[in-house]
Amino acid sequence: MTAAITSTDLRRTFGENEAVAGLELAVQPGEIYGFLGPNGAGKSTTVKMLCTLLLPTSGSATVVGFDVASQAGDIRLRIGVALQDASLDGKQTGRELLDLQGRLYGLSKANIRKRMDDVIGLVNIGGAIDDRVESYSGGMKRRLDLAMALIHKPQVLFLDEPTTGLDPVSRTDVWNEVRALNDHEGMTIFLTTQYLEEADELADRVGIISGGLIVAEDTPTALKKSIGNDLIVAKIDGDVEAAARAVRAVDGVDSVEIHGDELSASASDGAGAVSAVAVALNASDHRVTSLTLRTPTLDDVFLDVTGAKLSASHQTDDDTTDLSKEAS
Amino acid sequence: MTDVKTRADGLAGSAEEPLARKATIIHDLLTIAKRACRSVFREPEFFIPAIIVPVFFFVVNIGALQDVAEAGAPAGFDFKAFQLPVAIIFAVTGVSRASSLVIDIQGGYFDRLLLTPVRRPTLLLGLMAADLMAVMMLAIPVTALGLILGVSFATGPLGIIVFLFYGALWGLAFAGFPYAIALKTGNPAAVNSSFILFFPFAFLTTSFLPKEALTGWLATIATYNPVTYVLGGLRSLITDGWAWGELGKGLLAILAVTIVSFGLASAAMRGRISQN
Repeated sequence: MTAAITSTDLRRTFGENEAVAGLELAVQPGEIYGFLGPNGAGKSTTVKMLCTLLLPTSGSATVVGFDVASQAGDIRLRIGVALQDASLDGKQTGRELLDLQGRLYGLSKANIRKRMDDVIGLVNIGGAIDDRVESYSGGMKRRLDLAMALIHKPQVLFLDEPTTGLDPVSRTDVWNEVRALNDHEGMTIFLTTQYLEEADELADRVGIISGGLIVAEDTPTALKKSIGNDLIVAKIDGDVEAAARAVRAVDGVDSVEIHGDELSASASDGAGAVSAVAVALNASDHRVTSLTLRTPTLDDVFLDVTGAKLSASHQTDDDTTDLSKEAS
Repeated sequence: MTDVKTRADGLAGSAEEPLARKATIIHDLLTIAKRACRSVFREPEFFIPAIIVPVFFFVVNIGALQDVAEAGAPAGFDFKAFQLPVAIIFAVTGVSRASSLVIDIQGGYFDRLLLTPVRRPTLLLGLMAADLMAVMMLAIPVTALGLILGVSFATGPLGIIVFLFYGALWGLAFAGFPYAIALKTGNPAAVNSSFILFFPFAFLTTSFLPKEALTGWLATIATYNPVTYVLGGLRSLITDGWAWGELGKGLLAILAVTIVSFGLASAAMRGRISQN
């Protein structure tokens, strides 16, 4: 089976800065691949190379079996792209932009009509499709952008941070649309994101990119499992090293790591160990400002492989139990 | 790798025929032009100042200078006829979709167009088609005003049509400059500043006096200013009849400016769409 997207030692430099530094990719047909990383990690540069907007400095990549450097025209016929900012012409109506997009892809009038009905139904813009785009909300613009990327029924869809800047409701709408595309049409989707829960929710596999390189890649479940155990996380106002020593001595705690004023204790049975950890911290005479038991997240994976947190602000609450505030 | 789903239906693969295909250059040109023309009608801020400036200068110049100019001129000299081509030059010089092109570049819509199989030259040619429509929309009312004020064409109704297209050709030739700046810089302020080019072209020439009456450095510059010859061609249609020599010189001047301005615009376009 031909891989939908491949890259071998793909590199791109801008002056002295190597934005993509030897990327190896293999995305299978029908897969949602989540490309997760912070701003400046090389996500958008990679997408621009795969979408034929930018040539690689070295290395190679193929999309739908065609080489990005020498067969760009063949790739453009087969891919849909929604770039980071919804790039639309506000003076036109949604319908006019969809029609224009269909014509640029050489679709017949009948095909444009049919595809327009399909994609308008999919992205749920409703009657606003005949309004000028300048009157659309941010979420509507994103959904129209997605519809335009789909008008020619691409085999591979690139979504570059499709929900950045959207409110939670619009974000959920976009997620549902992406899932529907993958479920019903079997479309391969290459999704870049800086949102952990987005990668976790949507992606069949996640590649974590840092410094222009993939530092970890697997299914979200497997990646989280690679961290191993439940995590008991405590924020300490005082000597974190001393607090960590006290926690290490607790039965059931496998390891303890320190990140700033926070310590993470790994335990195979977190629920069983947490009360003992609380007692040990209390006895160590340090003020604990919060104590949390949770399962590992992709942020923990990112922290594990890069030594830095991707984002503290995008954690879901679903798998988190806040046990104590002002616990000391 | 675990629980990665793969599907046999709708699979990506080079063997699968895509729904999309590369269209003809005419099809692409019409598609881009259609959008640009639609935008012209939806941007009154683009059209209204562009019509006010030439009408203002035409009316004020006639009101202020007609008696003086005609008093010192040979018998039969019609200052209104002398000024109408100037009003056309003022109307069509600098009119382009370059500002909207910059908005497309900054907003990412230009990249979206580049992601399609559209033939790249049509991204500029389509805008020029809208420019042709816009300059005609500006030149027609200005010419109509001249006719209402009593200007008559020695070449008759056909001469009026040629007069409009002649002026429009000049407008298109000059439009290459703002497009070159838009494509090179992607900066709206830089595009707006391209209006400065209008002044030497439009004023260091025979706008207010015939070439014979110019002296010194102004006469020298006017000799090399292509607008001098464009104005000569336009005026000949009004006062001389079908003066092929004058018309030919004006067309050569338009051609020379076209070569320079669109050479620059094409180079800027190549840079803009380069994948490097």
